[in-house]
Amino acid sequence: MVDLRTNFAGIKAPNPFWLASAPPTNTGYQVQRAFEAGWGGAVWKTLGDPILNVSSRFAGTSFNGQQVAGFNNIELISDRPLEVNLQEIYETKKKYPNHAVIASLMVEPTQEKWHEIVKKTQAVGVDGFELNFGCPHGMAERGMGAASGQVPELVQKQTTWAKEAAEVPVIVKLTPNITDITATAYAAVQGGADAISMINTINSLAGVDLDSWNTIPNVAGKGAHGGYCGPAVKPIALNMVAECARDPELNNIPISGMGGISTWQDAVEYMLMGAGSVQVCTAAMHHGFSIVEDMVDGLSNYMEEKGLQSLDDIVGKSVPKYSDWGNLDLNFKTVARINNDVCINCNKCHIACEDTSHQCIDMLTANDGTEYLEVREEDCVGCNLCSIVCPVDGAIDMIDIPSKEPMTWNERQAAIKQSATSAKELI
Amino acid sequence: MNMNRFKEKSISLVDLESNFQEIEPDLAPNETIDESNRCLYCYDAPCIKACPTGIDIPSFIKKIASGNLKGSARVIMEANPVGASCSRVCPVEELCEGACVLNDASMPIMIGNLQRHATNWAIKNNATLFEAGEDNGKSVAIVGGGPAGLASARELARLGFKVTIFEAKEKAGGLDTYGIVSFRLPQEVSLWEVEQVEKLGVEIRTNTMVGRDISVDDIVNGYDAVVLAVGMSKVPMLGIDGEDAKGVYDAIEYVESTKTPPFSKDIVGKKVAVIGAGNTAIDAATCSVRLGAEEVNMVYRRTEAEMTAYEFEYEFAKQDRIGFKWLTQPVGILTNEKGEVNGLKCVKMELGEPEADGRRRPKPVEGSEFVMEVDAVIKAIGQSRYVDLIEEFGLEHKWGIVQINQDTFQTSNPKVYSAGDVIFGDGQGEAMVVTAAEQGKQAAYAIHKELIGETETAAV
Ligand SMILES: Cc1cc2nc3c(=O)[nH]c(=O)nc-3n(C[C@H](O)[C@H](O)[C@H](O)COP(=O)(O)OP(=O)(O)OC[C@H]3O[C@@H](n4cnc5c(N)ncnc54)[C@H](O)[C@@H]3O)c2cc1C
Ligand SMILES: Cc1cc2nc3c(=O)[nH]c(=O)nc-3n(C[C@H](O)[C@H](O)[C@H](O)COP(=O)(O)O)c2cc1C
Ligand code: SF4
Ligand code: SF4
Ligand code: SF4
Repeated sequence: MVDLRTNFAGIKAPNPFWLASAPPTNTGYQVQRAFEAGWGGAVWKTLGDPILNVSSRFAGTSFNGQQVAGFNNIELISDRPLEVNLQEIYETKKKYPNHAVIASLMVEPTQEKWHEIVKKTQAVGVDGFELNFGCPHGMAERGMGAASGQVPELVQKQTTWAKEAAEVPVIVKLTPNITDITATAYAAVQGGADAISMINTINSLAGVDLDSWNTIPNVAGKGAHGGYCGPAVKPIALNMVAECARDPELNNIPISGMGGISTWQDAVEYMLMGAGSVQVCTAAMHHGFSIVEDMVDGLSNYMEEKGLQSLDDIVGKSVPKYSDWGNLDLNFKTVARINNDVCINCNKCHIACEDTSHQCIDMLTANDGTEYLEVREEDCVGCNLCSIVCPVDGAIDMIDIPSKEPMTWNERQAAIKQSATSAKELI
Repeated sequence: MNMNRFKEKSISLVDLESNFQEIEPDLAPNETIDESNRCLYCYDAPCIKACPTGIDIPSFIKKIASGNLKGSARVIMEANPVGASCSRVCPVEELCEGACVLNDASMPIMIGNLQRHATNWAIKNNATLFEAGEDNGKSVAIVGGGPAGLASARELARLGFKVTIFEAKEKAGGLDTYGIVSFRLPQEVSLWEVEQVEKLGVEIRTNTMVGRDISVDDIVNGYDAVVLAVGMSKVPMLGIDGEDAKGVYDAIEYVESTKTPPFSKDIVGKKVAVIGAGNTAIDAATCSVRLGAEEVNMVYRRTEAEMTAYEFEYEFAKQDRIGFKWLTQPVGILTNEKGEVNGLKCVKMELGEPEADGRRRPKPVEGSEFVMEVDAVIKAIGQSRYVDLIEEFGLEHKWGIVQINQDTFQTSNPKVYSAGDVIFGDGQGEAMVVTAAEQGKQAAYAIHKELIGETETAAV
């Protein structure tokens, strides 16, 4: 059995799978059930001054009959009294000393408020803090959550205040509702954050009911924007994690990644892109806590198969492969090749290429009457569309074609500039 | 038919009516969503080409997935005026589902069941799917209101013809209404399709047999064109002793008696022999089981390999615990003193050496005669032809198979077109509801082309 033990910015846990701060971590009862099920850590549902929630809070989006492709909520932070939460955190930590219990916090942006809540929470024995600068609805209207998370100075200031009082690691949770997430990540680093986590939910409206014309969800016929998460947001979140992981100004600050993680494979992708731990909310809400079992098992088997000893052998390993468009090799060529033994002749690749790409997949008939498809490789631009729409694994391979010396856009621009200057010099 | 989906497999001896309820339940909402989304929406899809009526299958399935049930039903019925019946009776394994590309990847899409689901929606919601075309001043008489006649009538009405169907029976629909077992095709489905055609202004004169209640001349002279779509007739005589005994049935009439209550109790507890091994024979056998027969055996002079029934029909029969007596030739029906059947005299057969054409013909085994103890014998050795009527029309035919021009569906009398079972055989088409419908459509387009001159088919 491989070693999945995690030390994330000093927070230790039996494995890197943590429940994100959300309904699954609302109470001690739930968090303890989660630990029993195998979760390595839990970020408690955000604590702060008690709020009132509305009834009718969530909405799922379906895609082609697949439920919960995305998930939308208009829930706020914890609506339970702080004392009750603190008491349950205390009991949970006592019962599970080796699991990570992290308190998510959100208060008004003043130094006293931050000092007060950090001290109170620290007293019951949490392993770390996560500052919630991400909640996009409700709290933002009161100047908290995403409202303060979108202003780098506020992120920095509040992080500093929390750090002043904190004796355990402080993670800053970032909002994705911003143009460049590295800007607020940088502010967190400047404020002294020990780690960052991302993403919180993305501003969203889940839908509109075609009969009542009400928004989905709605509260007594009225709706307000919510926060979007679940599988649909994974590519957005993964990019944000990767952008932060490769930003030299962020000094390899530990990143806890989340957004649409449903399987161990999703988790490995996040880790390869720099996440030292992963958090999960929607998948647990969709299926219950037991899904962690296959996450742990699948990750272990993957590591065993690849001969990896510990998470350090995975975390960040794909980051150097992520760069700017200008550093991509313009001379590289890949083309689609159809494997007619595997192809089932649905012709989806043909029509996709014909109607919406480069018209280079021919539908042909062999002498014996069998129909087959063939790519005219000289016309194929290697866009991947056919292999994306192909329903059968292995029917289309994207083949690398030997090509000229590599040349990136940046190199090309530099070369053009150089020849321009030398031409000038010649004159 | 997917037998795993059958709900009630047991047979009631008390409530016979319940035995004839549609056996396969409609797709449940979740099954519908899963299955419709599973369809790949192929381009130039092979399933479309495998459907004799060319239903745009990916299109109707996509519409189910998008919740556009009305649009879906329209796509189906547009191409196939008896699409609700076909969804139940088509040998889909041999047609659309057999061609589905997913056969090679996982499991074919349940096209028939999705088609049934969409048309069920239309039936339940009383949807109006089509309108009659603007009157073009021409009239057409259609002889026979089965699938071929109805399909012809529907398309002709949409093209603006004044259409009259002459139907010998009390209700139109042909074998869909009277001949295909209820537990696969309830009569009301067929009658809904009839109603759809009537709603386009087509007049259906039921209880009107051409040649008896109205003369052939009146038909041929009274209209601008005629479509002869009378199908086939009764099961022919076996030509053996005892054929007139009490307890000898014609398979088609036998099935017909089970299409509507009341159900005869005559078969309860009886031993039944069905002669033949085609689809009609199997239908008669499964109906016997549902009428409460104690034992049902099919008697066929060749072997399993030569039987003409579809694979799923055969499976279904085995599921019903029907016995098969292969290489057995009936030679006489025995009766008691009251003239009731009490035995079937048979001889054993064996396959001879392959003949010139490679087929091994069965021949009697000498001295192998034996008697099967039975109370009823059902004859199911095919259908005879309406030769007299065809000759009254003066049409060229081969053993009752009306000869047509394959492109125009015109008979030897250019004013008379023909479609459906009446032209089936001798290399012409196949005896299926779906081919009858397609031929009916094509005959309609041919009439339109001939009388109006436009080639284009029904307006959308
Ligand atoms: C028992 C049985 C089971 C079958 N099962 C299947 C199946 O599972 N799937 C499948 O695809 N096909 C099946 N078939 C075949 C299918 O029913 C036929 O191919 C199809 O009905 C042919 O349609 P049609 O319109 O040509 O003829 P029919 O359906 O026979 O309709 C002909 C109509 O013409 C009427 N008619 C006849 N003579 C006259 C007259 N002189 N004047 C006025 N009206 C007249 C008849 O009353 C009838 O309504 C089955 C057939 C039988 C007998
Ligand atoms: C109903 C709901 C409530 C949430 N509440 C909080 C919260 O109180 N504090 C917080 O930091 N994030 C909250 N989140 C965001 C999640 O912690 C997490 O960042 C987000 O759901 C992305 O992960 P996922 O795709 O696995 O769900 C909430 C999410 C949901 C769905
Ligand atoms: S999951 Fe259903 S039952 Fe439970 S609180 Fe929500 S709405 Fe109520
Ligand atoms: S999409 Fe795939 S399976 Fe379909 S025709 Fe193209 S290569 Fe074959
Ligand atoms: S072949 Fe199968 S998957 Fe393709 S469109 Fe037809 S039903 Fe759908």
